[in-house]
Amino acid sequence: MAHHFGVIRFPGSNCDDDALHIVDTVLADRGSTGEFLWHKETSLGQVDALVVPGGFSYGDYLRAGAMAAHAPIMEAVIAFAKSGGPVVGICNGFQILCEAGLLEGALTRNESLRFICKDIFCRIEGRPTPFSKSLPAGRHVGMPIAHAEGCYRHPDVERLEGESQVIFRYCDAEGGVTAEANPNGSINNIAGICNAAGNVVGLMPHPERACETVLGAGGVAGLALFESVLETLSSGATR
Amino acid sequence: MIQHGPKVDAALASEHGLAADEYEKLCDGLGRDPSYTELGVVSVMWSEHCSYKSSRIHLKTLPSDGPQVIEGPGENAGVVDIGDGQAVVFKMESHNHPSFLEPYQGAATGVGGICRDVFTMGARPIAIADCLRFGNTEHERTSYLLHGVVAGVGDYGNCFGVPNVTGDVVFDDSYNGNILVNAFCLGLAKSDRIFRGYASGVGNPILYVGAKTGRDGIHGATMASAEFAEGSDEKRPAVQVGDPFMEKLLLEACLELMEEDVLVGIQDMGAAGLTSCSVEMAARAGSGVELHLENVPMREEGMTPYELMLSESQERMLMVVTKGKEQKALDIFAKWDLDAAVVGEVTESGKVIVKMHKEVYADLPATLLAEGLKYDRPRKRPDYLDEVAYLTLDSVADPTNLGQTLLEMLAAPNICDKSWVFEQYDHMVRHGTVVRPGQASSGVVRVFEPESGRSKGVAIAAGCNSRHVYLAPYEGSRLAVASAYADLVAVGATPLATTDCLNFGNPEKPGIMWQFAESIRGIGDACRLLETPIVSGNVSLYNETDGEAIKPTPMIGMVGLLDDIDQVVTAGFKEAGHRIAVVGTLAGGLGGSEYLKHCHGIEEGAPVAFDMAKHSKVFAAMLEMTKAKILSSAEDVSDGGLLCCISECCLGGEALGANISLPVLEGRLDELCFGEGPARFLVSYTDENAASVARMASGCGVGLLEIGCVGGRELRVSVGGELRLDEPIDALARAFHYTFERIS
Repeated sequence: MAHHFGVIRFPGSNCDDDALHIVDTVLADRGSTGEFLWHKETSLGQVDALVVPGGFSYGDYLRAGAMAAHAPIMEAVIAFAKSGGPVVGICNGFQILCEAGLLEGALTRNESLRFICKDIFCRIEGRPTPFSKSLPAGRHVGMPIAHAEGCYRHPDVERLEGESQVIFRYCDAEGGVTAEANPNGSINNIAGICNAAGNVVGLMPHPERACETVLGAGGVAGLALFESVLETLSSGATR
Repeated sequence: MIQHGPKVDAALASEHGLAADEYEKLCDGLGRDPSYTELGVVSVMWSEHCSYKSSRIHLKTLPSDGPQVIEGPGENAGVVDIGDGQAVVFKMESHNHPSFLEPYQGAATGVGGICRDVFTMGARPIAIADCLRFGNTEHERTSYLLHGVVAGVGDYGNCFGVPNVTGDVVFDDSYNGNILVNAFCLGLAKSDRIFRGYASGVGNPILYVGAKTGRDGIHGATMASAEFAEGSDEKRPAVQVGDPFMEKLLLEACLELMEEDVLVGIQDMGAAGLTSCSVEMAARAGSGVELHLENVPMREEGMTPYELMLSESQERMLMVVTKGKEQKALDIFAKWDLDAAVVGEVTESGKVIVKMHKEVYADLPATLLAEGLKYDRPRKRPDYLDEVAYLTLDSVADPTNLGQTLLEMLAAPNICDKSWVFEQYDHMVRHGTVVRPGQASSGVVRVFEPESGRSKGVAIAAGCNSRHVYLAPYEGSRLAVASAYADLVAVGATPLATTDCLNFGNPEKPGIMWQFAESIRGIGDACRLLETPIVSGNVSLYNETDGEAIKPTPMIGMVGLLDDIDQVVTAGFKEAGHRIAVVGTLAGGLGGSEYLKHCHGIEEGAPVAFDMAKHSKVFAAMLEMTKAKILSSAEDVSDGGLLCCISECCLGGEALGANISLPVLEGRLDELCFGEGPARFLVSYTDENAASVARMASGCGVGLLEIGCVGGRELRVSVGGELRLDEPIDALARAFHYTFERIS
């Protein structure tokens, strides 16, 4: 069954090509297609799932994601999310979804005050979402991070935890959630969360950079996120 | 006579950096006194930075031709064919002076400038690299400069969205007062869609696009053409401020415009801004331009023609479009929310005429400006060379505790792991990075062949051992080229072409000029032999503070091609049981080695010379083996010699140990273990591939010596059957990985 992804393109998005490459080329044989959606548009057209990609939308000049959250297309994105459509925000996309109010909490400057680009591990937890369904909870996977503002903060993190909305948690190579494995100072080692309904997911790690063995360290754990959505859509579980 | 602004005379010209005879030449060329704006324009165009007046006669001796070369030096960047209708566009450029004064913005705008040079030509940047040189780690300014420069390089490239895939960081006393920030960028283009800086077609409009012009960076090019002395901090306002977000928009808009049939010529406004851009575009096309400055988008009120022409505000482009099609261009820029305006037109006058509100402020012949000046400055072999030529090892004790010496070497600032630096750079964005920083001495990015989608690889090596060049300017420069070549070969790439960034002291000193000329001779000879022509480059002179020059540092950037991405090889050992061998000569030499400097404080002797007849065979053997995909790992043995290389291969992947057995010692132990020399490779391979490796080595007439195998949790080295080193991998890792955190 064919499924169509929209990849939102803000001025300053720079992982947009990367995301499109996965949904339109790498997963093409799984019936996946994709297109860019320009930030000045007000309608999404016919899409089955949305990717809000990484980068530096509007230069991140006010606050990461703050300007993009008010772009013309965001009204349609919010409507799509409210109607149960699967939406994933990666890195800057996560920041944008928080700023737009689709996800709770905020991402602040890394504890080290430095940009960090490296491979990390994170554990899959929480409730099943369209993006983590096919990954068994408790398993840990390798993915890269690349951000300066990834330190997750939430005023009532116990509630978030209680609602099983924490989906990805930084861990070490053995799966242990330790302070040393936390690259940016995020509370409770949180790397990614979902909304109350479970259809909107945001994460700081880059699954789209971990889909092809030829690239760098060569893990393909990220592919499972996109495959999850395809499976979810095929089963007709959303919308 | 154009009258406005302060009165122009020889004294004012001198304040602008023009020597008395240069001012005279200007007046003769014009047949009158220049106006104030004209003086400003000419002073930057004739600065060392823009005119290459001291270096031109030497640069023209460099080889720049080859069947693979589409565009050589003279354009914004060099263009090289990589088959399948594709081309790579690349160049390296310095931003040394601004980075010393204001490290964050200086380094950031260095990256921004080189990226613009590349996408100006129609290429999408797909990789950057940077070579950084700082003073002694103990020097009071080093930590501040290091933090600022790395953050500046990182923040600009990260936001702009191009992976930083390789480069190097070296500390040396000679950079205490003059750091080096050399940025390299490589882009991918269609080989039949290359854009150039031509202002042709009389009547065609000239379009200004991008950031508004402010008062920043005025006389930046002049600043980069003088030595530093006390009070140089006052030049800080001449450093520009970067906006990577603006540049990202400019990139996308320009590439979109280049898909249309609208553009005639395009050039970025870099050093000397609107001035050099308009002059060079007119001179290349043999045309003239007339500018109407009142239309230039301005950031500040009341800017004068002098300021508008000399501003080095970043993220600006000048382009010539076909008359009648300007609206198409303006529409695309509006889509990307960019300021754009028609600021002039192409004429046939051969002149650059600058008007504001119809009044003429400058009227200058383009060729007079662009051809600039040309000096054959006096050269004399510097005396220090006699003092450093002979190395006496009588006072240097051979290591008694080899393990301790190795740990010391791995912790040396110039050997240790640099992940503190490259983890601040996004080295993976754009889903193309196949070999990351730290995985090999070259970075490799994937390129899709457009028709079939087949994956090729483009490899980039960048660096220079300036100690070698200091000790032996000619031979050291040959070695810099050979070393970049070896870096590419080690990852399985066939080298194609070269860019250089030549950092030297004050060319008005005969000793420096001699170093420069010898270095160029060395680079030229090596590039001719290896068939890697120089297609672009940059010269940075006057890297001196209070009369102390840097070590001569001709940075070499070389680009190679992997026909098939699957033949890529990285440095780290992959699996226990793999055999380890040295391809090429086993031992190096101690002259000019990192070991002598770091462990004994000696910078003397001659580095082992590059021998084309002998070493080209080693390169050929390595390329044959990587093409056959029979190597599990490969690394060229460079700074720190054999034992540092083995350690890096142990730590480079899964942190595997190795058992090494070296033959009976003929000379010194330290020479065997830490000696350096060109074209030596450490490789590993499976038992099944051992016969093929041996056959290819002997087929090429190259030495291959198996020295051990991968395995265990220790590095064990025996020499002549006697165990001389037994260190846990964890100890090596501690020495290698945790140094930088401490020195930063």
